Amino acid sequence: MTIAAKTASRGARNRSARPAGPSPWMAAPALIIFGVFAIVPLFGVVALSFVDWDGLGSLSWAGFDNWTEAASDPVSRNALWLTIKLTVLCVLFQAPVSLLLGVFLAGRQRYRALLATLFFLPLLFSSAAVAITFTALLDPNFGVGTALDADWLSQNWLGDPELALYVVVFVIGWSFIPFHTLIYQAGTRQIPRELYEAARMDGAGPASQFFRITLPMLKYTIVTSTTLMTVGSLTYFDLIFVLTGGGPGNATRVLPLDMYLTGFRSYDMGKASVLAVVLVAVGLAVSLGLNRITGASRMDSQSEGS
Amino acid sequence: MARKSAETRPNILGAIGGWLWLAVIILPIYYIFITSLRPREDYYSENPLSWPSNATLDAYVRVLENDFVRFFLNSVVVTACAVAVTLAVSLMAAYVVVRNRNRFGRNLFRVALLGIAIPIQAAIIPVYYLIVQMGLYDTLLALILPSIAFAIPLTLLILTNFLREIPEALFESMRMDGATEWKILRRLVVPLSRPALATVGVYQALQVWNGFLFPLVLTQSAETRVIPLSLWSFQGQFGVDVPAVLAAVVLSVLPMLAAYILARRQLVSGLTAGFGK
Repeated sequence: MTIAAKTASRGARNRSARPAGPSPWMAAPALIIFGVFAIVPLFGVVALSFVDWDGLGSLSWAGFDNWTEAASDPVSRNALWLTIKLTVLCVLFQAPVSLLLGVFLAGRQRYRALLATLFFLPLLFSSAAVAITFTALLDPNFGVGTALDADWLSQNWLGDPELALYVVVFVIGWSFIPFHTLIYQAGTRQIPRELYEAARMDGAGPASQFFRITLPMLKYTIVTSTTLMTVGSLTYFDLIFVLTGGGPGNATRVLPLDMYLTGFRSYDMGKASVLAVVLVAVGLAVSLGLNRITGASRMDSQSEGS
Repeated sequence: MARKSAETRPNILGAIGGWLWLAVIILPIYYIFITSLRPREDYYSENPLSWPSNATLDAYVRVLENDFVRFFLNSVVVTACAVAVTLAVSLMAAYVVVRNRNRFGRNLFRVALLGIAIPIQAAIIPVYYLIVQMGLYDTLLALILPSIAFAIPLTLLILTNFLREIPEALFESMRMDGATEWKILRRLVVPLSRPALATVGVYQALQVWNGFLFPLVLTQSAETRVIPLSLWSFQGQFGVDVPAVLAAVVLSVLPMLAAYILARRQLVSGLTAGFGK
């Protein structure tokens, strides 16, 4: 502190000198916590993928055994396939709905503001709460099907391997579409009004305004939101864990769930680490792709936090 | 004239879609609420979406008798500590990034950008190993420390972007008066960045409060149980007592609902801050 004071006062006297910035030590607490519990684990998980460990005992070197084991395990392969399928289905469901809702909510009408306030509500619930609610609501005997007396709603939604994954996609959409709607709403409000006025002068109707102006102007928003959806779908864990536990059978055992069950239920931490490495690799690749496409320079001039 | 009518013509398709989605959003929330008021024995006989004919708070009593208060307090402690420390250390780091003009600041920013992309799921096994080695397994600190670590990148990013808007002249004039860096941080940076701290603080509180994976892997006993995990264990414990499970869900969301009512603007802008535009 005294050293900082001295350099600061010296800087004040000697005006031609470069102003002394704050000491890098001020960043130390953040760097230490982040380093120990995020960066070290990131490298640690690669190291752990080469050892045998049951979660309690000592570690022993395993070489590439975990990798070959994971690559030939039908359950893990199925998990990877399910993750890809889940990701694609989630994007196909969430992207159009949130785009349309976001553009709609960008209007300044009173009732739309009210809708926006209510649309936000699912974001307040924990994934565990959402999963518990839908488990009860989709119960074939005491759920929504009974309430509305509709046979097509009274199916065994979570017990049928053919249906369970689609139910998971719907419930994930229920919880995350509000977030993406917010992004699209903010993006649409950035579009200059003059563009629409000019288009109207040229006689463009609402549909052609949407396709000729709104959609092209939302290009970056679409890229950002879709990337977040993709990275998000790779890591959905808590919701599926509470909703189905990976079942019925292995019908919803996606990669993060397979990792958890392999590591913390079957006590095979080495193989679980292999699955985690695959998760990191895909996640980082997608995020770097996002940075490349949208340009990190944008980050310099954001005042959204105000 | 024609222009005006085009501008004010109601968007009927949009309105239908909007109200439909509202029904999809509200139905489960309505269901949680009315079921939590339904007596246990009526759950199997009454229409699940009808207003309970004998509405009662018994389900809430059953939940509160099952240590819910302790789980609630655990969640409060974990959330408050994690958010307070995250804000403090991230603000100091953001100040370094913005004001330290050499390579260190820029690299710090790059690490934060990269850090946002690290999924908790991918790091959980080494985090578990570290926590066990440190002897912190099954303590609240085991939840607080990793939660801070994973909250730092986005917090740092948002605070950095905010601090960049503070005019250079303000820093210079304080330095001319002989203020130390700590004094500038306390007297200038903290007061000016209060809106950004509120925004990102409310957002991170929501994340920590609802976090599930860290508690699932890093704690075990009822003494350290936090709310999301307690919902899950209630589901196993109460099983057929659906009204009690859903009453616990209502209680779990109340603080976040209060935050939403009191600080809606901060919560909404916090959610879009990292990615919007």
